Amino acid sequence: MEHIFTDLAALVAGWVSGSPQWVQTLVMGCLYLIGVLTFIFLNCIFLIYLERKVSAYIQQRLGPNRVGPRGILQPVADALKLLGKEDIIPEKADHWVFRLAPIIILVPAIMVFAVIPFGKNMIPVDLNIGVFYFLAVASTTTLAILMGGWSSNNKYALLGSMRAVAQIVSYEVPLAFSILGVVMIAGSLKTSQIVAAQENYWFILLQPLGFLIYFIAATAEVNRAPFDLVEGEQEIIAGPFIEYTGMRFALFYLAEYANLVAVSCLGVTLFLGGWHGPWLPSWLWFLIKVYILIFVFMWTRWTFPRIRIDHFLDFNWKVLLPLALVNILLTGIGLKLYQYITLGVW
Amino acid sequence: MALGFRFDLEELAADTIMLNMGPQHPSTHGVYRAVLTLDGEKVVKLENVVGYLHRGIEKLAEDRTYPQIIPYTDRLDYLSAMLNNLGYVQAVEKMMEIEVPERAEHLRIIMAELSRMASHMVMIASFSLDVAGWTAWFPPFREREKILDLFEMASGARMLPAYMRIGGVASDVPPKFFPALERFLDSLPEMIEEVKGLIVGNEIFIGRCKGVGKLDLETALAYGVTGPNLRACGLAFDLRKAKPYGIYPRFEFDIPTLPNGDAYDRFVIRLLEIEQSARIIRQAMAQIPEGPVQAKVPRAIKLPKGEVYHQIESSKGILGFYLVSDGGNKPYRLHIHSPSFVNLGIMPKLAEGAIIQDLVVIIASIDFVMGEVDR
Repeated sequence: MEHIFTDLAALVAGWVSGSPQWVQTLVMGCLYLIGVLTFIFLNCIFLIYLERKVSAYIQQRLGPNRVGPRGILQPVADALKLLGKEDIIPEKADHWVFRLAPIIILVPAIMVFAVIPFGKNMIPVDLNIGVFYFLAVASTTTLAILMGGWSSNNKYALLGSMRAVAQIVSYEVPLAFSILGVVMIAGSLKTSQIVAAQENYWFILLQPLGFLIYFIAATAEVNRAPFDLVEGEQEIIAGPFIEYTGMRFALFYLAEYANLVAVSCLGVTLFLGGWHGPWLPSWLWFLIKVYILIFVFMWTRWTFPRIRIDHFLDFNWKVLLPLALVNILLTGIGLKLYQYITLGVW
Repeated sequence: MALGFRFDLEELAADTIMLNMGPQHPSTHGVYRAVLTLDGEKVVKLENVVGYLHRGIEKLAEDRTYPQIIPYTDRLDYLSAMLNNLGYVQAVEKMMEIEVPERAEHLRIIMAELSRMASHMVMIASFSLDVAGWTAWFPPFREREKILDLFEMASGARMLPAYMRIGGVASDVPPKFFPALERFLDSLPEMIEEVKGLIVGNEIFIGRCKGVGKLDLETALAYGVTGPNLRACGLAFDLRKAKPYGIYPRFEFDIPTLPNGDAYDRFVIRLLEIEQSARIIRQAMAQIPEGPVQAKVPRAIKLPKGEVYHQIESSKGILGFYLVSDGGNKPYRLHIHSPSFVNLGIMPKLAEGAIIQDLVVIIASIDFVMGEVDR
């Protein structure tokens, strides 16, 4: 079980081993892409179901229970419904930008998975700036939201996309700083090395504050409640997505869940020991940890009311950012002390 | 300039935008429409637009006999239909000088207070929803369901019962009514605790509501705000005590007040009022006598020539019925003084300087029902 995916990749690599280098690279690249896409889509389909069930149990309801056993086929019904919807593009919208936005939003959502170590030796591309790459790509999601909001030519959409920009610009900063502590301890930006450094103890034990900041900033990054100001259903009625229907809307929806999975994956990689764990296969451990983190995200979403935009930005700049800086300082002092105790030199 | 282009500050100055909020908007609670002038997200000016739910109830009443008007009153504030019934039938009874049987009076009090509770529960639930506290929607609605079950037992209808009649109530309650009522009242404190735990003490909720839509007592009085919204400004004014009607003087209850007059206080005061209503119902249950539920009234009800004004404390404030009779079996004119309409008048004042997110909270905290605003 442990090597099921790596064996599969080795098998394909064996088939093309005789061909020129560029063919090998192309084939393996496509294989990884297919793997990542499968991972994203399967997870998204399951998350739609999970979110409904989790919210239902939090709210003393049953949730979907009509389509299939225990409503397990509900995501299929949802997808079919969205496929059957009329595709409306507003008359006054900027047609090309409007059409492009839902596609562009999926690009970073898929790209970030390239550096996630899904299990032992199961990292698609082991970049030496893995964490940095993740942050840089993830923040481009804003562009697609802004495109959607601006091109819709709707005032609610405009307000929503402006909020998206304000939100991501501010939350990138503590998010990056919270990760810096981990990078300092591991001594590398490579996600594979960060996981390897957590073989004996998870970084959440060394970086509890860092994890907390990461969790809050990540919630804001993926626009989930209580920081779902971009959508703000009660005030700006789904914001940038207000004019989208059918599959275009579904793509935004998909990207939202893909981003949720992505930040959970990164959280597990950085703080919860990645794929490390006893007995079970490494990729299963990874999946279990990701779902625990996703459950906490959902729990938060269905418990807290939405925060106000000005409180939200205040909280970011006046609380999270100083805390993240303090965390870096403490990590630095700790590292130096550790170095002194173990090596006897400053 | 070095860069080779020039800024014209006049051109760069921010402009305001006009935003039409409603009548189709999830947070305008029905078909209320606000025309906003926004500076960024800040509201510069708010203009109330009402009338999308106008059904001409007052005019329709002129062509209906007096008992026929009762179902129309249900559709005023459809969240507290029993209270509207009560106001109307008491206005007619006042003119005809009918003595209502004791049992009917008690049943009316029970139904009216249940209705008040149901209305407040909707307010609490929808307020929670408007700040995106999805989960806090469920406890109040779960309890409200029990109230509607009770209404169904008594009248056969859940939301629009048309239960009260001129001279009494439509029918006596079935035997299972009082045990069910008892069970409901016993489960009520649990709901209140749940709401308190889920949302009242939540830091984000407090941040969203404290100091938002602040209304001082003088302004409230100047605008004629009544009901819980006025009591949240610190004035203990309640018609049930100030100018009692029916058999309210026999019951012991407090008028809760809160000092700040902001959205948070307007939310909490509803929770406190639910507790007081439960107190009244418990007393009424203990005292209710056996007997008829309908006074002897003529088959064709005709009011003497003249006019009458009767007002009661509805769930939203003072609800008044002004009846003019020319001696026939139909009113010459029926005017309804609705608390929601008057309370809505404060909106432009409260909205000034708020951001859109605050505006949603303010709308929810005023707690108006468009059925009553437009009539």
